[in-house]
Amino acid sequence: MRKVDVSSVLGSNSESANDLESCIDVSNLNLYYSKDKQALIDINLTIPKKRVTAFIGPSGCGKSSLLRCLNRMNDLVDDCVIEGRIALDDEDIYAKQVDVADLRRRVGMVFQKPNPFPKSIYENVAYGLRIQGINSKRVLDEVVEKSLRAAALWDEVKDRLDDSALGMSGGQQQRLVIARTIAVEPEVLLLDEPASALDPISTLKIEELINELKRDYTIVIVTHNMQQAARVSDFTAFMYMGNMVEFDATDNIFTNPAKKQTEDYITGRYG
Amino acid sequence: MKMSVSKWVNSGEPFVWLNAGAVAISIIMVAGLLGLLAVRGMAHFWPADVMQATYAPPTSGGAILSTEVIGERVETESVSSIQIVSSGIPVDESEPFYDRQLMKIGNRDVTGADFTWVLSDYVSEVSYPAEVVAMERREWGNFYGFLQGVRQSGEALAGDEEALWQEFRERLARALSIHDAIYDIEKNDIGKINYALERLRLNQRRLELDDALTSEAMADLDRQREGFNAEYAQLQQRLVELNEEIDRDSALFLAANGAEVEIEFADIVRAYKPNQMGLVGKVGTYFEKLGEFLTDEPREANTEGGIFPAIFGTVMMVLLMSVFVTPFGVVAAVYLREYARQGFITQAIRIAVNNLAGVPSIVYGVFGLGFFIYIIGAEIDQLVYPEALPAPTFGTPGLLWASLTLALLTVPVVIVATEEGLARIPRSVREGSLALGATKFETLWRVVLPMASPAMMTGLILAVARAAGEVAPLMLVGVVKLAPSLPLDGNYPYLHLDQKFMHLGFHIYDVGFQSPNIEAARPLVFATALLLVLVIAGLNLSAVGLRNHLREKYKSLEV
Repeated sequence: MRKVDVSSVLGSNSESANDLESCIDVSNLNLYYSKDKQALIDINLTIPKKRVTAFIGPSGCGKSSLLRCLNRMNDLVDDCVIEGRIALDDEDIYAKQVDVADLRRRVGMVFQKPNPFPKSIYENVAYGLRIQGINSKRVLDEVVEKSLRAAALWDEVKDRLDDSALGMSGGQQQRLVIARTIAVEPEVLLLDEPASALDPISTLKIEELINELKRDYTIVIVTHNMQQAARVSDFTAFMYMGNMVEFDATDNIFTNPAKKQTEDYITGRYG
Repeated sequence: MKMSVSKWVNSGEPFVWLNAGAVAISIIMVAGLLGLLAVRGMAHFWPADVMQATYAPPTSGGAILSTEVIGERVETESVSSIQIVSSGIPVDESEPFYDRQLMKIGNRDVTGADFTWVLSDYVSEVSYPAEVVAMERREWGNFYGFLQGVRQSGEALAGDEEALWQEFRERLARALSIHDAIYDIEKNDIGKINYALERLRLNQRRLELDDALTSEAMADLDRQREGFNAEYAQLQQRLVELNEEIDRDSALFLAANGAEVEIEFADIVRAYKPNQMGLVGKVGTYFEKLGEFLTDEPREANTEGGIFPAIFGTVMMVLLMSVFVTPFGVVAAVYLREYARQGFITQAIRIAVNNLAGVPSIVYGVFGLGFFIYIIGAEIDQLVYPEALPAPTFGTPGLLWASLTLALLTVPVVIVATEEGLARIPRSVREGSLALGATKFETLWRVVLPMASPAMMTGLILAVARAAGEVAPLMLVGVVKLAPSLPLDGNYPYLHLDQKFMHLGFHIYDVGFQSPNIEAARPLVFATALLLVLVIAGLNLSAVGLRNHLREKYKSLEV
């Protein structure tokens, strides 16, 4: 096993999730895709504010399902039943009076495959604002530049903002999607394997970006890649077969896992 | 090297040949069809040389009856001698076949028929006299003959052949320009006044029905009416003058068999000496005639003149149909694909929609007549146009109902194509939009529908292709043989949705099968058919161009 040093990122090795201000509280969450197909079993988790939390685990363990619960993307799946409670800043996001569109604005999401709209680069970033009815050119220009800078993309595209976003490389597209997401100033960023479709250099850029962004945002990342989890995250949750096996500070998980299952997975004995 | 059959089959070569053969046959059929239409239709406008000959067929009495024939040769075919004998011409039956020619001899007012068959063997003294004049007339079809004299107010003008022809052409140009002026007054100015008077009458009737016809209103109406009547009288006066002027000149012609014919200049559309013309002159006349065909109104029960109203009606109806069918089909498809819960009922609806596309078009025609016209149209008349009753406004076949009927006929195609387009939009793009806080509607409106627009255009292209070629239902819901005016003109409200209109497809049927003069009409059938194909192709190509533009703009993410 590779030894991972996260102290540079974290500042301190002794930080525990319970000491920090919590952002999202998940309690007793069960998710069924159909009556006899339970994808998540009694999940309890506290995601700390302005930190990077990674979900790792083998394919089909439910990490993406859990992530998609956090901004109610699973609402789009027919017959999906969710029990339990998820609170964002102590408000139940599954409560009746919650405006789902508003929730998703507060909890932005970046998907595995870059999915820019077939519009110009500028319009991609401005999309979320236009949805909110902001059409002032001055405001849009400002936000587009700020977001693209935050996504470390500005210097590459500033001269071709009106070109189609589909002409960009995969890595650029993924950073554009991140720019588009932070343009609406969410509180939480959900990243669903954001680098799995990218080459190593683009992956590196995305990881650097995550390190930058955690100053302002709470970030939850799902990844297949354990090295990536170790590199970018402050906290790591290991999931297996719909269960949350272990959740702890990343260096604890990777150096001193409490559960045998976690250790087996991290050392590559299965998964 | 010898190859076994099974090996050859498995090599895939016969399969390639089979496929290529199918494509080749398709191409040959399309090219052959277009070629046939072009040759038979377009040749009609060529100013052919005019032949003068003596025709002396044997008669049963033995006496030889010789006649002079002047005209254009149209076609030659060979017929069996038995057939000729049984038609009353005692030819030698030992000869199995005789050639016969179809001659266009014109002069229907003199001879009673424009066309005649002559047996090639009995035609002699064939010549192509340079002086022979071919003429198109407003009535009685073509005329062939020799110019004998020109008369002004009954006085014959003196001069030799050359001078007379010069006089003739000058006077013809004058007569044509007067004719244009008369046409302009009759069609536009008087048409406008008639339309205004009709509206005044309807206004008065409406006031009457509302019990609001006060003496003031009546006086106002009368005053307006007087104004129009005065204008009308003035125009009428002008028309009388113009008619007197155009009737001033006439020309004297010598037709075949020595018949002298006097022809008013007012009746002449075009006159030329084909045997004198060089290639350039003939090409010029050809395009002049072709232009007339494309831009003029039909004459003589549609067997002469142009077909512009039919082109206009066809395009107008297809455009209106597109305007109706696209939003309706798209909205229905969006509901079926995006909002409705997928299950047995949506599947059943989808099957029903697909089946609708297979219903014979005449059924739609009957439905349009029974539902749109007799129920909805009659209701509209009761509510909105009571002043015109008992004359129906919308309760009678017209452009609106024809377009709606065809929209109904083609809506399944648009629904199916749009649904497929919507299904192809990647889920990731929808989720991307939703994740930014867009509602389902905003996602649909801003991302999904624009991306599906090429598919909608595909649906529209298929709809246009089907609608433009449809004739059967139109005969029930609005197409007529001859429409007095275009559905779009300068009179308020400009677009007359209640009017009947002409259509190329129906025109083909009418000219080809309902015409009193089959031989004269036949080339027009081919020309009109070619034009219909070209109009459909034009409409389709513009839609395809639009689709390609959209495709480029919203090209799919999966590259």
